[in-house]
Amino acid sequence: MPSIWTFANPTRFMAVTQRLVPAFGGLAALCLIGGLIWGFFFTPDDYRQGATVKIIYLHVPAAFLAINAWFMMLVASLIWLIRRHHVSALAARAAAPIGVTMTLIALVTGAVWGQPMWGTWWAWDPRLTSFLILFLFYLGYISLWGAIDDPDTAADLTSVLCLVGSVFAVLSRYAVNFWNQGLHQGASLSLDAEENVADVFYYPLLVCLAGFLALFVALVLLRTRTEIRARRLHVLRLRERMADA
Amino acid sequence: MPDLGKYALEVGLAYGASAVLLLALVGLSVLRAARVRRQLEKVEARRG
Repeated sequence: MPSIWTFANPTRFMAVTQRLVPAFGGLAALCLIGGLIWGFFFTPDDYRQGATVKIIYLHVPAAFLAINAWFMMLVASLIWLIRRHHVSALAARAAAPIGVTMTLIALVTGAVWGQPMWGTWWAWDPRLTSFLILFLFYLGYISLWGAIDDPDTAADLTSVLCLVGSVFAVLSRYAVNFWNQGLHQGASLSLDAEENVADVFYYPLLVCLAGFLALFVALVLLRTRTEIRARRLHVLRLRERMADA
Repeated sequence: MPDLGKYALEVGLAYGASAVLLLALVGLSVLRAARVRRQLEKVEARRG
């Protein structure tokens, strides 16, 4: 079995991921379409939440990925800082727009659900607030990559920002447990079966979660491949300009 | 179509907004991938 570090070679990474992108993309489409149709059309209303329970199939997977995309970026950033593998820095960069979109979906669907259930679109609840700060960290991270010309300097600084932002990624996940206050309820999905939602909602939710996860993997791979090509394009153009000068 | 009752607007809004954001993310990612690939192929062809 090849070592994970063989994928740090851009040529090897491009060769291996060529087939993985359509495979994960197909899996994502299958799970998302199947899971959302199942959840939307074939599950009952909740006795307290009514039809708004159908929002769970978007909100929970999006929130799960919003937090875990940041952790994936953290791991990739640490690999960059410690081992200086360019592919890992580019993978972190590639994941950020996906993470920010997932965070936005979680915030929007949460607000739309919260209005009829809590009577407000927004509350300065620990989990909601830490999620908003995580969203701002994503924006800052993306902006920092775009603001610095030298790619290695940009990778260094964004990696440090990623380390700092990880505090809010942790808070987004565990704020409810830390402070035990605010409007937001505990986890909808947990390894502890007693905390989970009812089975009738749980299984379609798992399928949607698998779909979101597959979509995330497909998009990270696709966008990392694009970043590798963009880096090569940048280098070739620089060489052309130097040759012309 | 299931009867969403008095929450039809909220559920529709959540699904609509999520669909727009997800489709935009996928669309922009695919478009940029194709554009960068095309540009790289052009530069590599020029270099021979």
